Amino acid sequence: MGVEFVQLSLTPLLIGILAAIACALPGNFLILRRQALIGDAISHVVLPGIVVAFLLTGVISTWPMLLGAAGAAVVAVVLIEAIRRVGRIEPGAAMGVVFTSLFAAGVLLLEQSDTSGVHLDVEHALYGNLESLIWFSAEGWGSLTDPAALAALPPELFRMAAAAVLIGLLTVVFWRPLKLSTFDEGFAGAVGIPTAALSLGLVITAAVAAVAAFDAVGSIIVIAMFICPPAAARLMTNRLEIQVLWSVAFATLSAVLGYVLAGYGPLWLGADNAVSAAGMIATVSGLILALACLFAPHRARIGAPRGA
Amino acid sequence: MPSLLLDALLLQAGYNAALVALGAALLGMAAGSGGTFLFLRKRALVSDAVAHATLPGVGIAFIVMVVFGGDGRNLPGLLLGSAVSASLGLLAVQWIASRTRLAEDAAIGAVLSVFFGFGIVLLTIIQTMSSGYQAGLESFLLGSTAGMLFQDAVVIALGGALAVAFVLLLRRPMTLVAFDAGFATASGINVRRMDLAMMGLVMAVTVIGLKLVGLILVVAMLIIPPVTARLWTERTDRVLLIAGAVGGFSGYLGAALSASAPNLPTGPIIVLVSFALFLLSLLFAPGRGVLAALVRHRRFQLRVHRRQGLLALAHGEAIFDPLTLTVLRRERLIRQDAVATEEGRALAAKTLRDEKRWALARQVYQDEAVSGSYDGLTPIESVLTRDEIAEIDRRLGPPAPVA
Repeated sequence: MGVEFVQLSLTPLLIGILAAIACALPGNFLILRRQALIGDAISHVVLPGIVVAFLLTGVISTWPMLLGAAGAAVVAVVLIEAIRRVGRIEPGAAMGVVFTSLFAAGVLLLEQSDTSGVHLDVEHALYGNLESLIWFSAEGWGSLTDPAALAALPPELFRMAAAAVLIGLLTVVFWRPLKLSTFDEGFAGAVGIPTAALSLGLVITAAVAAVAAFDAVGSIIVIAMFICPPAAARLMTNRLEIQVLWSVAFATLSAVLGYVLAGYGPLWLGADNAVSAAGMIATVSGLILALACLFAPHRARIGAPRGA
Repeated sequence: MPSLLLDALLLQAGYNAALVALGAALLGMAAGSGGTFLFLRKRALVSDAVAHATLPGVGIAFIVMVVFGGDGRNLPGLLLGSAVSASLGLLAVQWIASRTRLAEDAAIGAVLSVFFGFGIVLLTIIQTMSSGYQAGLESFLLGSTAGMLFQDAVVIALGGALAVAFVLLLRRPMTLVAFDAGFATASGINVRRMDLAMMGLVMAVTVIGLKLVGLILVVAMLIIPPVTARLWTERTDRVLLIAGAVGGFSGYLGAALSASAPNLPTGPIIVLVSFALFLLSLLFAPGRGVLAALVRHRRFQLRVHRRQGLLALAHGEAIFDPLTLTVLRRERLIRQDAVATEEGRALAAKTLRDEKRWALARQVYQDEAVSGSYDGLTPIESVLTRDEIAEIDRRLGPPAPVA
């Protein structure tokens, strides 16, 4: 646990934890509102957004990509609403039409444009490159107090931290209206909460989390973290406050355990190469959810007989 | 390029390309019609979980086949593995949704992300474990027809044909179950078994489609054609037919297009062709289309303006609204200087008379069937009989002439 850990594992681990928390927070509300698959849809449409941003600017840089991805997410939400209303199609199917088509358009654009010189491909979009976010100039734990070394931290860390803090703040600030409109939209509307705006705001927040996390960790973690930790937390308690805390704990546990298992697990088993950290984190979060489904205190529906 | 496309469309672009195009068409038909039942049961996104859940099966099948000394890329073996893990995923979705208090959408999201994540872990293991076998399993993510072997194309074409036959065979009970599960049970259909068959069909289409369009986009072949077909008709049998046709056409055209030029990946092209068909339908379909809605709205607007104009004429009021003036002029009910013509006066009198008849009728007939149908545009003749109108007229007295 010395120099090597700080250099190679500290930043990916931190980024993984931050990404997991940033996605799990809005995920709590999405699950309760039965919009869990919004996260799935958003993480698919991020790809065309990023490709278009790249084609327009010709470089891989943060802000255009974030803007492109956020723009694509908004376009997708608008399209889903339009199809749902104009064609009178049920929301799930409308969502399925939009996100697959936009993803297909993204893949096609990517194949058609010359991206050989830059690091932009579908695999990267799907499982990110968490392992490569290393801190070159670290020489041990002491580097944490060395400004020169801190300046060389991967920029993804700061971006992810900013997103996580922003989402945490938003959750705290809008806690009451969010909670009210999630459980009783009619009542929330009656006491003057703009429920439609709040609903859109939640989707946009989810999009921000997805876009920020996407760059560093890929879309698998994004989808898994939107759903698995909050779903497991939902089975642990009946109180939203406690549920959010559980979800943060589960998200952190998934990120840490997943990263460690991916990086060191194969070595313990005698293999000499690490496996995908993103995939492993998603797998661990799934295992946590499976355990929660089997043993959590509030797993059954109210009124449903145990073990029926 | 156009001649290349023509070649591909006419199945002249090589034996394999032709087989792929036919296979894609069959697969598209099976997916479109099979997806219809899923869509009608409002469970379209379950297919997304099924599709993503195939990945670990592909990985495990590859590892098992290599460990036992076989060729890891044997397509039937990989498809078998993917079918096993897809059914595990499906079971997991159903188990979570029925045994815990989590909703089906959360179950779908959890299964698709976790299975997919585990699949990615397996892919990275495969990459490192056998450098000799550069597996190319990534092609299952987005599909690839580039290096497709002849027997692979045969598997796809055969599988597609079987799935189409399956749909044809089970279309009646499945339709019944999709609309009214209770009635289906009463008619002696085993709903659970039908649901199982439907999911089996979805799984079969997904597994066959893996090589062609890839597991991320195969969902689109199951969802987009039924949604497109639904815009055109209100009848299930036609939705089924149209969805099959849209799916088949998209598969065929998409495969041909992608064979006609480089850098046109088959899966995305097929999806985009069917999305284009969907967009066209959304614009032009009768009933649910945008254009039809606009036409309906315009017609309604004109009728309202015509009636308001006629009432204004009857009351001797001046008309200022330009649209009202245009409508009345076009029907020669008023002259260019907005003075009513003979015909216009007659029609205005009739409109006013009807208005008074309606007012009386709504007092006399309190029931919803009559008073509820008053919206200012429904002619009274379509609601009351001639005798009833005559009775109302008797009470109203003789009509007043319009000045």
